[in-house]
Amino acid sequence: MATESTVTAPPTAVERPRPPGSGLSIGLARAGWYISLTLLAVVVLFPIYMLVIRAISDPISFINAGQPLHIVSAQWDVFSRAWSDAGLARAMGVSAVATIVIMGAQFMTSVLGAYAFAFLEFPLKKLLFAIVIGTLLLPIEVTLVANIQTVRSLGWLNSVQGLTFPFLATALGIFLIRQGFLGLPRDLRDAATLDGFGHIGFLFKVAIPLAKPVIGSFLVISFLSAWNQYVWPRNATTEGAWQTVQIALRTLTTTRVDQINLAFAGAIIAALPLVLLLIFFQRQMVRGLTAGAVKG
Amino acid sequence: MSITVESSPDGATKRTGQRVREALLGWAFLLPAMAIFVTFFYYPLYRLIDMSLHRENRFGTAAPYVGPSQLVDTLSGSDFLEGVKHSGLYMVYTVPLGILLGILLAVAANRRLKGIRVFQTIFSSTVATSVAVASVIFFTLVNPEVGYFKDVSWLSLSNPDTALFSVSLSSVWQNLGLTFIIVLASLQAIPTEVEEAAALDGYGPVRHFLRITVPLISPALMFLAVVLVVAALQAYAQIEVLTNGGPGTSTQTLLFKIADPQGIRPLGIRASMSIGLFALTAIVAAGQYALLSKRVHYGD
Repeated sequence: MATESTVTAPPTAVERPRPPGSGLSIGLARAGWYISLTLLAVVVLFPIYMLVIRAISDPISFINAGQPLHIVSAQWDVFSRAWSDAGLARAMGVSAVATIVIMGAQFMTSVLGAYAFAFLEFPLKKLLFAIVIGTLLLPIEVTLVANIQTVRSLGWLNSVQGLTFPFLATALGIFLIRQGFLGLPRDLRDAATLDGFGHIGFLFKVAIPLAKPVIGSFLVISFLSAWNQYVWPRNATTEGAWQTVQIALRTLTTTRVDQINLAFAGAIIAALPLVLLLIFFQRQMVRGLTAGAVKG
Repeated sequence: MSITVESSPDGATKRTGQRVREALLGWAFLLPAMAIFVTFFYYPLYRLIDMSLHRENRFGTAAPYVGPSQLVDTLSGSDFLEGVKHSGLYMVYTVPLGILLGILLAVAANRRLKGIRVFQTIFSSTVATSVAVASVIFFTLVNPEVGYFKDVSWLSLSNPDTALFSVSLSSVWQNLGLTFIIVLASLQAIPTEVEEAAALDGYGPVRHFLRITVPLISPALMFLAVVLVVAALQAYAQIEVLTNGGPGTSTQTLLFKIADPQGIRPLGIRASMSIGLFALTAIVAAGQYALLSKRVHYGD
């Protein structure tokens, strides 16, 4: 490690005189690392590569050709067929609406709750905080059977309310943003009071702007978990028209073998929003995913 | 929030008024979240217990009270215990392998090389897949009809002895991005002075890694273990997409039996199993808490 950290320029740019052989061994070590990294990258990417060539290949021809590692009888229209004929456009729309509703509501409920715990004094504060913590023991998988009954009796199966309501508030958001608020200097609140800010003015004009990094990280996590949901929308929808994109993917895998590449193309389409998220919000994503894992 | 406090010359009353206003504001701010938590987190727990105490008739038209017998029978019955066993196996298959591969990728990519960013991006890439997408991806690899590895016996989804393991590999792969990101972040958070001081001790690379690096990244590894254990308990889409619980019942995890996509279990049984899952979740959480507060080295 120590030797490599000094090597930042390519070998031709090395100016210092070196003992004979050391340039070569460093070069060999570096080649070794590149080979290992490339092998690991191939292992990680192979499943994705298979998905892409299988999506584009005609399914029957691909199997008859003995499952080669390249595209067979390309069907480039598979993406447009998956989008329109197989109903992914509608499913993506349902997912988008549900995700936006969940993110917007989680932002509001988390920011308000976090502010109450960080900046306000009120009776029963400890009890209410315990109620928030307690929800961590009650994930949707545990409450699924009962919540489906609730949603059914409210007439909310196959509706945006049904898809979103159990997720409009989350302990994680309240925790993370409360931590962000607690990290703000205490004097800030006093100064804001002197400037004539009430609590609501302070929250929206000072606290939220200053806690933007942590709120941004939380929103990325919120997006990821809302978009990727499976168990709940699978049970809260009974009609194809209300399937989210994740559920539609599963339905596509049950179609005939000669149409199976629609499911593969669908998986690529369903992953695109997350790929864009990863490209444009990489920093927030890493910070959100590592929240709690690494101190400081 | 329309409470107006009479401005009085007496400062003490005014402070009381402010306190009341602050309390009302605090409750008002928490009201929306609490409404959701009560309706969709705590009330369902009560409902599950209530449902477990009632047994539906064959047509689902009536559910008379039967007391705790149904709950006790379910939680000691072979169907539930098989679900627990499969969920436990899923943990055994995914958690240690997931952590090891995360460490492998992160150690390999934690160095200054030209183009290392490309490798780091590739290793993180699976975070852009949902469970359903990862399941479809593995469908192309292990599906018994069209999968690339359909003839590889130890990956066979048609064999009850290998199917659950084969499904679990989709989780391992899907979790790679997350485990990589978390281990890499914790490696990069190790202060350079610590590394330099350790280099002076003259440890070889393996001893250095086990004695210095692993203890320093242990909080991240614990966090990962927690995340992966919870993910294993909640595995569902992989199973529905890849095997639909089969062959036989060999890939029916506890959650699969609770969600019951084929609709073969009465509501009272599914509610009873949910209470079992709740108990397991609580045990896992308690275990995490104990481990986190005792064994793990936290820097300041």
